[in-house]
Amino acid sequence: MRTGQREKTNDIGLSRADYSGLTTTLCQGCGHNSISSQIIAVAFELNIRPHEIIRLSGIGCSSKTPAYFLGKSHGFNSLHGRMPAVGTGALIANHSLLAIGVSGDGDTASIGMGQFKHLMRRNVRMVYIVENNGVYGLTKGQFSATADEGQELKYAGTNPFPPEDLCVEAITAGCGFVARAFSGDPKQVRELLKAALSHRGTAFLDIISPCVTFNNRDTSTKSYAWGKEHAEPLQDLAYVPKDFVPRMDEIMVTHFSPGEVKLVELHDGSHIQLRKLEEDYDPADRLGALHRLEWARQQSEFITGLLYFNDSRPSMAEVNDLTETPLTELPANKLRPSPEALEEIMHSFL
Amino acid sequence: MSPPGAKVNIAPSTLELADPGNGQAIINDFSIVVATVNGTGSQTSNLTLLRALFKMGIPINGKNIFPSNIQGLPTWYHIRVSHEGFIAFREPAEILVAFNQVTAKADMAKLPAGGVCLYSTDWRDISLRDDVYNYGIPTNQFLRQAGVKGKIKDYLTNMIYVGAIVQLLGIKLEFIEEALAYHFGRRQQLVDQNMGIVEMSYEWVAENLEKEDPYQVVPLDQTDGQILITGNEAAALGAVFGGVTVTSWYPITPSTSLVDALNDFLPKIRRDPDTGRATFAVIQAEDELAAAGMVMGAGWAGARAMTATSGPGLSLMSEFVGLGYFAEIPSVIWDIQRVGPSTGLPTRTSQGDILFAYYLGHGDTKNILLFPATAEECFEFGVIAFDLAEEIQTPVLVMSDLDLGMNTWMTPQFKFPSEPLKRGKVLSAEEVEERGFFRFLDLDGDGITYRTLPGNKNPKSAYLNRGTGHNRYAVYSEKPEDWEENMERLNRKFETARGMVPRPVIDQVDGAEIGIIAVGSTLPAIEEARSKLAKSGLSSDFLRIRALPTNDDTRDFVANHKRIYVIELNRDGQLHQLLTVEMPEMASRLMSLSRINGFPATARWIMNSIQAHESVNN
Ligand SMILES: Cc1ncc(C[n+]2csc(CCOP(=O)(O)OP(=O)(O)O)c2C)c(N)n1
Ligand code: SF4
Ligand SMILES: [Mg+2]
Repeated sequence: MRTGQREKTNDIGLSRADYSGLTTTLCQGCGHNSISSQIIAVAFELNIRPHEIIRLSGIGCSSKTPAYFLGKSHGFNSLHGRMPAVGTGALIANHSLLAIGVSGDGDTASIGMGQFKHLMRRNVRMVYIVENNGVYGLTKGQFSATADEGQELKYAGTNPFPPEDLCVEAITAGCGFVARAFSGDPKQVRELLKAALSHRGTAFLDIISPCVTFNNRDTSTKSYAWGKEHAEPLQDLAYVPKDFVPRMDEIMVTHFSPGEVKLVELHDGSHIQLRKLEEDYDPADRLGALHRLEWARQQSEFITGLLYFNDSRPSMAEVNDLTETPLTELPANKLRPSPEALEEIMHSFL
Repeated sequence: MSPPGAKVNIAPSTLELADPGNGQAIINDFSIVVATVNGTGSQTSNLTLLRALFKMGIPINGKNIFPSNIQGLPTWYHIRVSHEGFIAFREPAEILVAFNQVTAKADMAKLPAGGVCLYSTDWRDISLRDDVYNYGIPTNQFLRQAGVKGKIKDYLTNMIYVGAIVQLLGIKLEFIEEALAYHFGRRQQLVDQNMGIVEMSYEWVAENLEKEDPYQVVPLDQTDGQILITGNEAAALGAVFGGVTVTSWYPITPSTSLVDALNDFLPKIRRDPDTGRATFAVIQAEDELAAAGMVMGAGWAGARAMTATSGPGLSLMSEFVGLGYFAEIPSVIWDIQRVGPSTGLPTRTSQGDILFAYYLGHGDTKNILLFPATAEECFEFGVIAFDLAEEIQTPVLVMSDLDLGMNTWMTPQFKFPSEPLKRGKVLSAEEVEERGFFRFLDLDGDGITYRTLPGNKNPKSAYLNRGTGHNRYAVYSEKPEDWEENMERLNRKFETARGMVPRPVIDQVDGAEIGIIAVGSTLPAIEEARSKLAKSGLSSDFLRIRALPTNDDTRDFVANHKRIYVIELNRDGQLHQLLTVEMPEMASRLMSLSRINGFPATARWIMNSIQAHESVNN
């Protein structure tokens, strides 16, 4: 680690500031801000080349945040609930890009639910973050579809409907990387983000991210107080970069207190190392994950961590058998067939 | 006299006698309507007849008037045969193949006196008209003789009328065989099986019926080197040669066959010869919202991206098209128009989306529209839509319709594009280094600014694309002056576009008193009407708009004519409305001649309406 007077740079010579964006205009203390900071920290730490990333979002306070991170990457702040389609199009057009998409619980669980599920089905290579505050922040405090049943809000009254669980939705839609985190636990957010960036297809992070202005009463399951009190990690997580594969016993000794440790290999050869906190939880077990989530719902538990992992499905670009060169970079002679090809087709219509 | 600019009344159509009754043959100039039940495979028989006539060198057009249903409802196939090259829809047809018992009575009632009715003698309670030529065919007997059983029976029944028509009109059997060979991709066994039935019927008619009607065909040489193709196939081919890379779509009649054609052509000729991998992706989206979203995402990233849809789908795309206009994203949308509002008449043709498409998006939007009128233009616009979208950085909507898109047209073979792909103002990493990058700054004064694509290695190339207010540096702004500046620039861009889109096609004749303006697939009916009107002493000039926004050609044309009929297939005269808004000072010259019943325009409707109006006028 380099120290000194000069600003610290990473292995590709970029400083943290190179990964930041404009100054946030969100409320002070908004959970979304802390997630933006973790995205910046992770991009810096992973030596990400800004031009290889695109930032995407829908509409909402959460969806504003791409303006506040990775200012040297292209970005697209799209329409309410439609980030998945825009991301799908962009990533099929240029499959060498990796997308970090930020959405809200309104943006995803209501207006965008259909696109959310179809993105997962297609396994578009994208880190899909929902900054989940159980409320519509930007439109000032209406219930979202992840709000607690029976919850009371100042303007919206009492919520008569049960919440949707976006992790359940992601798993049933075929997503191979499903995690839940709490924005008040930055370390966990960071480790999950790093692993998500190495995943083969869609990686979904449901990050509980309190709205201090409209939904932060201590009784709300989306509040800081509740999160701090109730967040129950299923595992201790640590991301292990590709060229840094320590021996199992070393991991246990150097990074963790005793407990069962599992190394999960990610698509790019890096690993995520999980130390089980809960005896029988296996993130490779889809039915088990759904079962555990349902149990958590019944018990009002707030479980966090890597809920489900499976990278056997090909990504969208792989399914389409695309040329190695991204479609956007193909030269004109690959895009227009020859005059002879046209002639042959014309002949077939004679 | 009707008030200026008013809608012209449709005069009742006067039926002409089909057979002048003077014993003279009527050669290569009639229409056939084949009435069958959909889902029985009559399409093969109809296309076989169409192609055989085409191979004889006679100008033809085939139109499928079909129900929104998979099996069991009535369907009609119209074949227009015209040595003069008039291939518009014409009703009533002079020759009826009444092979659907359910509609037979009504179908027969439509025949003009002296027409021809071919029917099956197996039907009970059939009452024939005595002022038409009736020919009865014992269909069941044929099928028994040929030993046809089971599923294929209905299908082969359709080959019986082919044989009879071939005999009655004097089509050469070899052309039918050629047409069948084309249809079955030279699978000889199928050709033989179908040919067997055709020949059986052909012989039977020769031996048992006496031809009394005057209709005949004789070979011509007017289709040499031409092909038969649907507008949607032509459009897909245009896209393939225009370098489409990303297509996202959601199935909807009548646009589906365009994407079907893409799925057919792309894997054949757009795989990378070196690796065999795809240089394209076709994604079936979950709905049209997503289809449009993928197109916008891909267009922003630098792909040549398109979708194809029809009215209901276009409705769902409106938010994205507005975003595409404001965030300046190259994108191509084919609207194969059908009859709306709502589900409307999904299998019938219309030009009812003109206003909607032009202004699609909320707030101050104006979009670029292209109007192909022929299969050849479907191909050409399939190519240039991408050039325009990328050069102007905006959605381009190509306004085809069911008639043009799904029906089969003869057309000269398509020419290989003479111009290279035009990718517009895109800066590379080096160019950004040399001259800097200001996403929405109008450096050239044409309203069109420079863009960069994701993946550009120059960190100065990055920007956050957005639908929210932004200044010339693509930074969020709510300042009134920034909003105004940007919207004024977008307007400037639209003015620039006027000079970039395809110019209208103008046909002027000596002594023309009136002008006609139209778009798209009404072309054949208008040409026929103009020819007939000229013969009756009323010459007309014709300007066919091929794109919106219009340019000075259209303005000059209007200025040079006292009365201009704006012809279109919708209720409210949408093109007429647009033109009156574009040139209010000349609005009183523009007369709306519009109609919507789901059928293509006929020359008779145009002629009668113009004549009626002109006689009141003079
Ligand atoms: C089509 C459309 N409908 C409604 C809106 C208004 N709108 C903007 S943000 C928002 C809700 C955002 O909630 P959420 O996604 O939870 O984001 P948060 O502000 O809570 O982070 C709504 C309804 C819109 N922008 N577009
Ligand atoms: S309203 Fe809520 S979600 Fe929006 S910025 Fe403020 S705290 Fe964050
Ligand atoms: Mg929210």
